[in-house]
Amino acid sequence: MATSVRATSDGSPPSSRPAQRPSTQDGSRPPGWRTRLYRFDTKASPYAYVAPFFIVFAAFGLFPLIYTGYLSLQQVELGAHGKWIGFDNYTALWNSPFFWKALRNTFTLGVISTVPQLMMALGIAHLLNYKMRGRSFFRVAILAPYATSVAAATLVFIQLFNPDYGMINQLLGHIGAGHIDWESSKWPAQIAISSIVTWRWTGYNALIYLAAMQAVPHDLYEAAALDGASRWRQFINVTIPSIRPTILFTIIVSTIGATQLFGEPLMYGGGVGITGGTDHQYQTLSLYMYDQGWNVGELGRASAVAWVMLLILLLIGAANLLVARANRRKLGG
Amino acid sequence: MAQLTQATQSAGPRHSTAAPARRRAKAGAPGKQQHAGPVAYVLLIFAAAVSLFPLYWTVVAASHTDTDIVSPPTPLLPGSHLVENIKVVWSEVDMTKALINSTVVAGCVALSTVLFATLAGFAFAKLEFRGRNALLMIVVATMTIPPQLSVIPLYQIITNVGWVGHLQSVILPSLVAAFGVFFMRQFLSEALPIELIEAARVDGAHSLRILWHVVFPIARPAMAVLGMLVFVQAWNDFFWPLIALNEQNPTVQVALAGVGSGNHTVDHAVVVTAALVATLPLLVVFAVLGKQIVGGITAGAVKS
Repeated sequence: MATSVRATSDGSPPSSRPAQRPSTQDGSRPPGWRTRLYRFDTKASPYAYVAPFFIVFAAFGLFPLIYTGYLSLQQVELGAHGKWIGFDNYTALWNSPFFWKALRNTFTLGVISTVPQLMMALGIAHLLNYKMRGRSFFRVAILAPYATSVAAATLVFIQLFNPDYGMINQLLGHIGAGHIDWESSKWPAQIAISSIVTWRWTGYNALIYLAAMQAVPHDLYEAAALDGASRWRQFINVTIPSIRPTILFTIIVSTIGATQLFGEPLMYGGGVGITGGTDHQYQTLSLYMYDQGWNVGELGRASAVAWVMLLILLLIGAANLLVARANRRKLGG
Repeated sequence: MAQLTQATQSAGPRHSTAAPARRRAKAGAPGKQQHAGPVAYVLLIFAAAVSLFPLYWTVVAASHTDTDIVSPPTPLLPGSHLVENIKVVWSEVDMTKALINSTVVAGCVALSTVLFATLAGFAFAKLEFRGRNALLMIVVATMTIPPQLSVIPLYQIITNVGWVGHLQSVILPSLVAAFGVFFMRQFLSEALPIELIEAARVDGAHSLRILWHVVFPIARPAMAVLGMLVFVQAWNDFFWPLIALNEQNPTVQVALAGVGSGNHTVDHAVVVTAALVATLPLLVVFAVLGKQIVGGITAGAVKS
């Protein structure tokens, strides 16, 4: 490695040795172009390395994000120039029952698709943390749904949840639970959609928890075991507190994911997916935005929905900061 | 070079995060991990079954006829209708084009994300520069911005330049990923000894040479894992491709959305077959590289 570098610098001695330069070089001579080039190189190269990320983000993330705010104050249709209308889009949203419905659906779908998911992931991670046969099989198996796309998974789950011939109603029929309308009733439809989300992401989160659990020092468990703590008590009193930062991380990521829920309800609805079912019973904010922008053709209105989502995300972010701070204080004190 | 490969091996992706704690855990109680009881096995087998059953049933449903699926009891064993269903899928939508497009898009996105993430991750992990911490904070913060917030202006732009329905409209916005930058930073902070860089500098190596001969060889295993993760994500990406592309030039997911909307076929077996075709390439990758992907996810996501 070192020799290959030296050999290619055309036989001349290495151009610069920052640490030794004052002692080896004549101080009266101004630094040569090689030295200056070298200094420029070390100074500038970090910026060159991070530049691509920030340039692409500025062009395709930040600029459009801000411009969306500008569009939200205009009346602008697909392929047309906008007209300034101030906050009319926002008042229109405020007065639209479908907007409020979408907001409520986003919240309820978010809760029923993340809370059970993360709790199950925690349990599975705990089980995977035991010494056992076939551990890599179990890990790959629970992660397999992650390889399935939203579209593909939803198309399959529609069949399983079909009220008339679906396997789930057949199973429920066997235990005498009766016929459930997973399509047009609000809660069954939302539960079906959240089960797609849960199916795809539980394994992923379980693996993240598992990694955190493996970093918990064993002495803690041994001490707890000496104190006569059962496995369950060890899980509650040792494991959970030790991986709290990871739990917080997954909560943030899942909450953000839940606020932008889109593909599952769209595909689940089939032909009526864009309105989130015939009665908007599972139209989320993302879906409402897509509906307003590309179905109704009101890009300004859709932009206003986007900025409402931004506001919600900022609120979630602020709430998380507060929780994290309280958490840190609790651990510190 | 021998040293480098050694360092690479000893610092596999699985050890990149939380390594000190884990090392301590291993040293503290080697082999004293609790064994799983029968209840744990039963629960895990159940979890694995729930995870795998929908995938298995996809194969089952794709090999039956529409009538088989809609008349209970639902078939539970593979049938003999798979080839016919696949033929119908291909006659309804241009799956060849969709598969090629998805491969091109996911491939470009994975290559570019890995390259730029390695550059930025290296800078954030090992180089000192003014504003480093603030910039890293910004990178992490951008992870929380969903695509929904930028699609409307992006759509106007690609309409104006005539890119609707062209692949570059879905590739360009995905050339970088904050998650990737963070992932590579976590890996390189642990795996790349600062002495190697200093030694190369003393030998007069300029920064591109350091990148090529020191950073890339060490980062290679993490780059491979990140590449796979990004490929899966890009392959499954739905929202923006649905807006930017159309059925004349779709990715696999856009083609599936068309099939699912019921405009082409109401044959449920064919719909499920389309889903199978769309998923199969990734499932093959998973079957072969599942262990590495598991390792990559556990390495990249902890310690945020």
